[in-house]
Amino acid sequence: MQTTVNLYPLIGVAVIAVGFALRFNPMLIVSLAAIATGCAAHLPIERILDAIGSGFVKTRVIPLIVLLPLAVIGLLERHGLRERAQTWISGIRAATPGRLLIAYLFVREITAALGLTGLGGHAQMVRPLVSPMAEGAAQARFGKLSDAARYRVRAFAAAADNVGLFFGEDIFVAFGAIVLMVTFLKEAGIVVQPMHVAVWGMPTALAAFIVQSYRLHLLDRWLLRHADDTKLMVTDLGKNETGNADAAQQGGKA
Amino acid sequence: MMVSLNVFFWLLGLLLIVVGAIIVTDRDHPKRFFAGGFWIVYGAISLAGAELPADVVGALVIALALVAGFGGVVGAKPKVRSDQERSASALRHGNKLFLPALTIPFVTVLGTLLSPYLVFGGNALIDPKNATLVSFGIGCIVALAFACRLTRDTVGQSVKEARRLIDALSWAVVLPQMLGMLGLVFANAGVGKAVAHLTTAYIALDYRFVAVVVYCVGMALFTIIMGNGFAAFPVMTGGIGVPVLVGVFHGNPATMAAIGMFSGYCGTLLTPMAANYNIVPAALLELQDKYGVIRAQVPTAITMLIINIFLLNAFM
Repeated sequence: MQTTVNLYPLIGVAVIAVGFALRFNPMLIVSLAAIATGCAAHLPIERILDAIGSGFVKTRVIPLIVLLPLAVIGLLERHGLRERAQTWISGIRAATPGRLLIAYLFVREITAALGLTGLGGHAQMVRPLVSPMAEGAAQARFGKLSDAARYRVRAFAAAADNVGLFFGEDIFVAFGAIVLMVTFLKEAGIVVQPMHVAVWGMPTALAAFIVQSYRLHLLDRWLLRHADDTKLMVTDLGKNETGNADAAQQGGKA
Repeated sequence: MMVSLNVFFWLLGLLLIVVGAIIVTDRDHPKRFFAGGFWIVYGAISLAGAELPADVVGALVIALALVAGFGGVVGAKPKVRSDQERSASALRHGNKLFLPALTIPFVTVLGTLLSPYLVFGGNALIDPKNATLVSFGIGCIVALAFACRLTRDTVGQSVKEARRLIDALSWAVVLPQMLGMLGLVFANAGVGKAVAHLTTAYIALDYRFVAVVVYCVGMALFTIIMGNGFAAFPVMTGGIGVPVLVGVFHGNPATMAAIGMFSGYCGTLLTPMAANYNIVPAALLELQDKYGVIRAQVPTAITMLIINIFLLNAFM
């Protein structure tokens, strides 16, 4: 059955694309896109507010995972959790940020593939433990970090969590994505076994691990090159390096 | 008595309202009424959103967006202990400091695995529909109790620390929920159908490799727009996957589905629309560039998309 497709709702997509490209505040872009989409569908203003309100309440679960751990993590940070993470990792001689993050990527991807997606996460693992450890390893090996290097290491810590989670969870048979795929194909008259979908995800999952690990290996090399440059500039500041703890304070110096 | 997600919505609502109240009464905060009010209203929605009329919530959400969009939600200068104090404390507690942090994932996994067995008198202790999230919430509470005991600090202090972090994260915390809302609005308005119509109507799909490329790249692009591979899958698979890849070229549907979804995930690595994976971590890690995490992921995403295209073409 062919009906004419209404293309006006695409205005919302255009608002998003233009808004992000021009770097407006995302909260404003999203509200504007929702309102524009509603207007394109000829909804009166109270129906638009209704759709926004009910959509917002239905998705209340999303912020839980970031906000609930903050009290514990904040309290532990007050008592030196991040400093401890940095000291601990700098005691391991073989540790480099690349190797550490490869190990985390491996654990994250394998556990996600076994359905244990709760073992990682940005608020509860990356901020308090993984990122300080990666920074600590970088400082122990390459000396003081420039701001650019520090932010790069942190961004790779977050990326390790994302890549491990995404490419791991999709080969867990009971995961929502596979259930969604199998259900959708069934509606379309095609019967597939969840197990087959999971198995055919494995080559990609393996490739993702190899690609990201190689990039982490390159990160170590980049840090090494970068360290040589900065060491020349800050040789007489080298004495300050006694504590790894002042990582967060380095602000405008480097 | 069953522990359901509602318990944690209430808890979070209360926490946010208390944090908002602390900010409003903080005279050193540069915009205490806007920022404090923002968190109080957001907390109220978490607490009572389901009971309030939807259009009232909608109006409040627009108000939140306006306050955030025009720079009302800034943080105060954080009051943290000195480096020496924290280092001394780290030395005193040693590796025991890791334990409360690791309690969260441990309880999450344990609760998820045990939830089918924790049934007393026909009532499940953990809501089976949301076993992982409820276990995660329980894990956070257990970890807090453990942390207070270990550090001999108080729950009140932990709320102050939560305020410090919420202040630093600012509106980035609310963005994922805003995008989730937008996804629902898009779905109701038929955005998916319009995109599928455009891709299928104007691209020649007579060559097998071209069809594979369009399907994989389409999954990635549509995920970039929607911020979510789940939203892209029905659209692209219904529009191209089933009729063309399976129908015309007799591809294996299991391979198509698996690799197609992964192509979508390449899009997730690239988009600010997947705020909880890409924008929130940038705020959590205090990166100066709020797209820093995305930048670090671009080469991986592009490489993986190309690999997916060749894998699907080879094994379909």
